[in-house]
Amino acid sequence: MADFPGLFNYWIVIVLMMTGFYVVIARGNLVKKIVGLNIFQTSVFILYISMGKVDGGTAPIIVEGTVGAGVTYSNPLPHVLILTAIVVGIATTALGLALIVRIKEAYGTIEEDEIFAKDEPE
Amino acid sequence: MIAAHLPVLQIVVPLIAAPICLLLRRGSLAWGLSLAVSLAVLVIAANLLTQVLESGPISYQLGGWAPPWGIEYRIDVLNSFVLLIVAAIGAVVLAYARRSVAQELPESQQSGFYTALLLCLAGLLGVTVTGDAFNLFVFLEISSLSSYVLISMGRDRRALTAAFQYLVMGTIGATFIVIGIGLLYMATGTLNMADLGARLPAAGASRTVLAAFAFLTVGATLKLALFPLHFWLPNAYAYAPSAVTAFLAATATKVSIYILLRFFYTIFGPAFAAADITLQSLLIPLATVAVLVCSTVAIFQNNVKRMLAYSSIAQIGYMMIGIGFGTATGLTAGIVHLFNHALTKGGLFLVLGCVVLRAGSCRLDDLAGLGRRMPLTMFGFVLGGLSLIGVPLTAGFVSKWYLVQAAIEQGNWLVAAAILAGSLLALIYVWRVVEAAYLRPAPENAPEAAEAPWSMLIPAWILIGASVYFGVETSLSVGVASEAARFLLGGAG
Repeated sequence: MADFPGLFNYWIVIVLMMTGFYVVIARGNLVKKIVGLNIFQTSVFILYISMGKVDGGTAPIIVEGTVGAGVTYSNPLPHVLILTAIVVGIATTALGLALIVRIKEAYGTIEEDEIFAKDEPE
Repeated sequence: MIAAHLPVLQIVVPLIAAPICLLLRRGSLAWGLSLAVSLAVLVIAANLLTQVLESGPISYQLGGWAPPWGIEYRIDVLNSFVLLIVAAIGAVVLAYARRSVAQELPESQQSGFYTALLLCLAGLLGVTVTGDAFNLFVFLEISSLSSYVLISMGRDRRALTAAFQYLVMGTIGATFIVIGIGLLYMATGTLNMADLGARLPAAGASRTVLAAFAFLTVGATLKLALFPLHFWLPNAYAYAPSAVTAFLAATATKVSIYILLRFFYTIFGPAFAAADITLQSLLIPLATVAVLVCSTVAIFQNNVKRMLAYSSIAQIGYMMIGIGFGTATGLTAGIVHLFNHALTKGGLFLVLGCVVLRAGSCRLDDLAGLGRRMPLTMFGFVLGGLSLIGVPLTAGFVSKWYLVQAAIEQGNWLVAAAILAGSLLALIYVWRVVEAAYLRPAPENAPEAAEAPWSMLIPAWILIGASVYFGVETSLSVGVASEAARFLLGGAG
C-alpha cells in the first residue's frame, strides 16, 4: 500500500474502467450503454496521458535558451497517440447514437429487454 | 518508380476512392469505381506476394521517417498471404455485389454502401500491412466502424440491434488492444512491432508485460469471435446484407486471427507465448469447445445464414487449435485453414445471397425444392458444404488433414477426435440444407424461382471452384502457409 499515493493515477484509471465496463454490461438502456462505453474508453485516455508524464518534466516545447540546458521534458508521444484514439472514440459514440435513433424508429423503444421481447414471436 | 510505393498504394487507393463513391451518388457508378479499385488492390497484393516470395520481406517507410520512429509498413510471407486473401475476396464480392445490393438496399443507400465497403477493405488491408502497433489499432477501428455501418444496412430491423451489439463488443475488444499496446509502450518505449519484439526480452516477464499480453489476447479473441466471446457474430452475419456477410465472414475474422498471430509471434516471440503463458492450456480447450458446441448449435438453426455463422465460429475453433499447438505443423494447419475457410465460407455465403435474391429468404423451409429450380446455385452449395465437412479433394480436407497431423504429433488424441467429431456434426447441418433443397418438394405457392443471374453466379462459383481447386493443388496454399509458419517460429523467411 506504500505505493498507493504514487500510483494514484492508475487507481483512477482502474476504477473508471471498471465503472464503465459495469455500466455497459448491467444497463439495459442503449444510451446508458454508450455512456458506459465512453467512460470505459476515457479511462484508457487517462492511462495514456498519465503515462507520458515524466517526473519534474515540463511541456515539450523548445524555447530559446532551454535547448541543451538540461531541461527535462514530458513525453509527448502518448498524448499524440491518444488524440487519435479520442477521435476514434467520438466516431464510435456518434455511430452508436445514430444506430440507437434507428432502433428507436424501428422498435419504438431503446430498452434492451423490450427490444428482445418484440422480436421473440417470429 | 511506382513499384516502390505499392505497400502504401494498397491502402491509399481504396481510402481515397471511398469518399468519391459517396460523391458519385448513383449506385451503379459507385459500384463501377469500387470494382475497379478492388481489382487494382488485388493486382497490387499479388504483386507484393510474388516480390516477397522472391526477395524476402519488404519494408516501407511512411513519409521517409525511419523506423522505429516513423510508421513502417512491413510485408513478409505471412501478411502478404493474408493480403492476397483479403484483396481477392474483396474483388470477388464487389463483382457480385451489384445485383444483390440493388435488390436488398434502396438506391439512396447504395453509394453509401460502397463507400463503407471500400473503407472496410482499406482498414483490413491496413491492419495487415502495418508494422506499427498503434497504427494497427487505427486501421482496426476504420474497418470495424465501417463494418458496423454495413451490418446495420440489412433489411431486417434486427440488423440494427445486431450492429449495435457488435459495436459495443467490438469497441471493448479494440479498447483492450489499445490498453495492451499502451502497457507495452510503457515497458519498452517503442511501438514498432519488430522493435517491440527485439526489446521485450530485456523487459522480462514483468507484471506490465504480462498484463499487456492478457489484454491483447482477450481483445484479439473478442474480435475474432473465439468461443465464448462470439455472441456478436451470429446475429451480425444473419441479418447483414448478403454481400456483406460473405465479405466479413471471409475477411474480418481472418484478419483478426492474423493480428493474434502477429502479437504472439512477432511481438512476444514464440518462446514467450509458448512457455511463459502456457498458451496451449488456454486456447486449445476453448477452441475445441468452440468446434463441438457451435457445430451442434448450427444443426438446430432454421435460418441457413445463421447456421453458417455458427459454423464459422466452429471453423475459427479449428484455426485456433492449430495456432494453439504452436508447432510448425499446427501453425501451417491454422494458416492453411484460414485461407481455405475464407474461400469456402465466402463462396457459401455468396451462394446464399443468390438464394435470397430468388427465393426471398434463406430460411430452411423456403429452400424446399430449390435444387431443381436453381440447380447451379444449389450445386455450388453442395460443393462448398463438402469442403466445410472436409471431404477429400476439397480444400477443407487439406487443412483438417494437417490439423489432425499436428494433433497426433503432440499425442493429443482427444483433440484429434474432436476435430473428426466436428466434421461429422458439419455433415449433419450441411445435410439438412441438401435434404431441403433436393429431397423435399417445392411448396405449392412457392414464388417462381429461376436460376440466379450470371453476374452473381460467376463470382460465387469462382470461390466455390477455388475451394475445390485448392483441395487438389495445394502448392500455393500449403507451400506459402508452411513458409509463413517457419518464418513465425524464427526460421528463414
